[in-house]
Amino acid sequence: MVTLSIDGREVQAEEGAMILEVARAHNIYIPALCYHEEVAPYGACRLCMVEIVTNGKERLVASCLYPVEEGLRVKTNTEKVNNVRRIVAELLLARCPDSEVIQELASKLGIDKPSFRLEEGNRKCILCALCTRVCQEVVGVSAISLVNRGVDRQMTTPFNDFSEACIGCGSCAYVCPTGAISMEDVGDTRIIDMPQVKMEFKLRKCNKCGKYWAPERQLEYIAKIAGLAPEIFDVCPDCRQ
Amino acid sequence: MNRLSSPDELEGIRKSIIKHRDPNKPCVTICGGTGCHAYGCERVAAIFKQEVEKQGLETKVDVRATGCHGFCERGPLVVIRPESIFYQRVSVEDVPEIISETVLKGNIIDRLLYTDPNTGKKIIYEPEVPFYRKQKRLVFGNNGYIDPAIIDDYLAVGGYAALSKVLFRMLPEEVIEEVKKSRLRGRGGGGFPTGIKWEACRRAKGDTKYIICNADEGDPGAYMDRSLIEGNPHSVLEGMIIGAYAIGGHQGYIYVRHEYPLAVKNVEIAIKQAEEYGLLGNNILGSGFDFSVRINRGGGAFVCGESSALMASLEGKPGEPREKYIHTVERGLWDKPTNLNNVETWANVPLIINQGADWFAEIGTPKSKGTKIFSLVGKVNNTGLVEVPMGITLREVVYDIGGGIPGDKGFKAVQTGGPSGGVIPESLLDLPVDFDELTKAGSMMGSGGMIVMDEDNCMVDIAKYFISFLEGESCGKCVPCREGLKRMREILTDITEGRGKEGDIELLELLSAALIDGSLCALGTTAPNPVLTTIHYFRDEYEAHIKDKKCPAGVCKELITYQIIEEKCPGCRLCVKACPVGAITFMGKKKPVILDQEKCIKCGICYDVCKLGAIKVE
Repeated sequence: MVTLSIDGREVQAEEGAMILEVARAHNIYIPALCYHEEVAPYGACRLCMVEIVTNGKERLVASCLYPVEEGLRVKTNTEKVNNVRRIVAELLLARCPDSEVIQELASKLGIDKPSFRLEEGNRKCILCALCTRVCQEVVGVSAISLVNRGVDRQMTTPFNDFSEACIGCGSCAYVCPTGAISMEDVGDTRIIDMPQVKMEFKLRKCNKCGKYWAPERQLEYIAKIAGLAPEIFDVCPDCRQ
Repeated sequence: MNRLSSPDELEGIRKSIIKHRDPNKPCVTICGGTGCHAYGCERVAAIFKQEVEKQGLETKVDVRATGCHGFCERGPLVVIRPESIFYQRVSVEDVPEIISETVLKGNIIDRLLYTDPNTGKKIIYEPEVPFYRKQKRLVFGNNGYIDPAIIDDYLAVGGYAALSKVLFRMLPEEVIEEVKKSRLRGRGGGGFPTGIKWEACRRAKGDTKYIICNADEGDPGAYMDRSLIEGNPHSVLEGMIIGAYAIGGHQGYIYVRHEYPLAVKNVEIAIKQAEEYGLLGNNILGSGFDFSVRINRGGGAFVCGESSALMASLEGKPGEPREKYIHTVERGLWDKPTNLNNVETWANVPLIINQGADWFAEIGTPKSKGTKIFSLVGKVNNTGLVEVPMGITLREVVYDIGGGIPGDKGFKAVQTGGPSGGVIPESLLDLPVDFDELTKAGSMMGSGGMIVMDEDNCMVDIAKYFISFLEGESCGKCVPCREGLKRMREILTDITEGRGKEGDIELLELLSAALIDGSLCALGTTAPNPVLTTIHYFRDEYEAHIKDKKCPAGVCKELITYQIIEEKCPGCRLCVKACPVGAITFMGKKKPVILDQEKCIKCGICYDVCKLGAIKVE
């Protein structure tokens, strides 16, 4: 265990833990859009920047990626920190003016209208890569990824086409912080709608209750990796109990 | 060739190479650098070889295609040694005469000599050419003497003696101590003390450690690493092997961009030869130390020059940086301790080992030691690669070595450190060039780009150019860099196109601060430099664009008009013929032409073709 201070408060934390998780565990608010406890920290949104002092010098670090150390002094609410957060929020708001999550975040930081030209087309994706990381690290299929570089960067499937690797589990939609990916089950079909591609998946019908309950592809995938007989999923979990 | 298995065997072969070479035998060296390639040096070298054969002079004359000599402006360059007679702009037609007159009879061919534009004097010998006179070519010096594809050439100038010394007479810790004492700092841009990095990597936990040479030079207009690794690949390899021994690494990688095919080829040859000689591979020189080197070619992304992005790319992942709170010396390539240095840094190592840390530390300024190679380009008479001692002033580089600004134009600024460096104005021309002084001035050493600008360069336009470059090269991972650079480019475009408004400068400054404090890697944190320095030193130009809608340098098309100076125009029709859109009308002989502003697309061709200065930019 190490002892550090966050905004003057002394807290104890496991060695190797990141500042952000320690702060959150102690109910200290640090905004972040690309952070999720289920995947490795990534450091892309830069909203979680905090100020620390090392070798007598103040500097900003991404709290999601900075491991705590003995005697570390962290400030989450300084002028420099807030300047970065405000500009990042403004940049994101100009990119995604229709996203309610971003509007709310910006408004919390005192921004109603960004100083930059607004993007059109109801864009909501902020390229936090939570979806692609969950798809790779948690689901293990890497059906989506980031393509192109810099301002041309997009999150999508190979060639913006139906991804043969995708199992239709919808983890991407679940984890997306801005609602850029949506998922809806209509009758026997699941529709996953991403900014660049829309995919449809056939759902399996429960032999007992007749409810459509999960995508065929997802069930086949689970059966395969868990070494189960595929028939086990002929009945939905509710009827199985 | 049997592998050399002891220091004595290495010295033995060196002696035998030197013994078989007559130091007084004429040797025609032809520069084979990138610039001279563009001028056709390959054919010149081939014809020299042909001509020597034709005249049956193989035993009397050596012909050697070497690496880059640096003076790219005057290529193809030919130097006849041992006298070092310097011929420039040599063409295929000159070859027979050079052999019959200069090589065989010792007569100088006047028309091929370099003329000092400042004195009008012709100069015969290479070291007396002003471009070379103030240089200190320690790292680069052997480029003009050796054929990079022949290891014996490198051995003849003392190659691999430093390696032999460390393997048999120094402990790894002593090597690190020596490099620390030399106070060598990384030449790739960061300027981190090399010895301290090595020590950290040596101390890092883990049995497997990697050594990387960063040859992913990506600055527009900079090509010093290319010329060094193309022209003297063994010096880089020798540095790497020494570093590997000091750190305790057994596998090295050279990450070089695919656009440098000659560098790849020459390094491939060098690795193969070093392996054959027992200078690479298992049991180097019989010391028991093993080290191998592989080449990895990069796709040419600027961001892959950043160490963590380079390592990701080397692992086969997209070239994106990661946060380096845990340093790469502890967790780098494949999460193993990794020591990465730039081409020029590695090439400095054998010098330090051979001549000693004290000798090295004598050169330069208190905190920046040794020399630095710069690529001097832009509005300067002598473009090329220059190696100068740290602490030389910008004025000496631009005027004494670079020969000043072409034409009667005035100097305006020099951009150092590549696209994410800053511009330095005339008032700071006496600034000593070292890591800290350049940073203090708002710029940086970077990898050593130096772009000279004259009064015809618009500073807002320059800032826009560099920001557009960086926007295109941003990997797009973090928000400040990806979105911020795009917005900076938008604002700068607005200013240069007459849509600038009150508050734009302040907004640029705010964005800059967010990039500096908030970006993930050095591409983002240094990207605002061109904007901040141009605002700092040339604020009046920004204000002229924003408030008066004028471009003082006459560059920004939306803000200028071309006009005919009626009293100077005799109606010669040169501009009428040249205008691509028919905007200029001929009104009869001895009458000034008329320029239709509605039709004019401001291409500037009329201005360029007019011999009488009868067209002005307003």
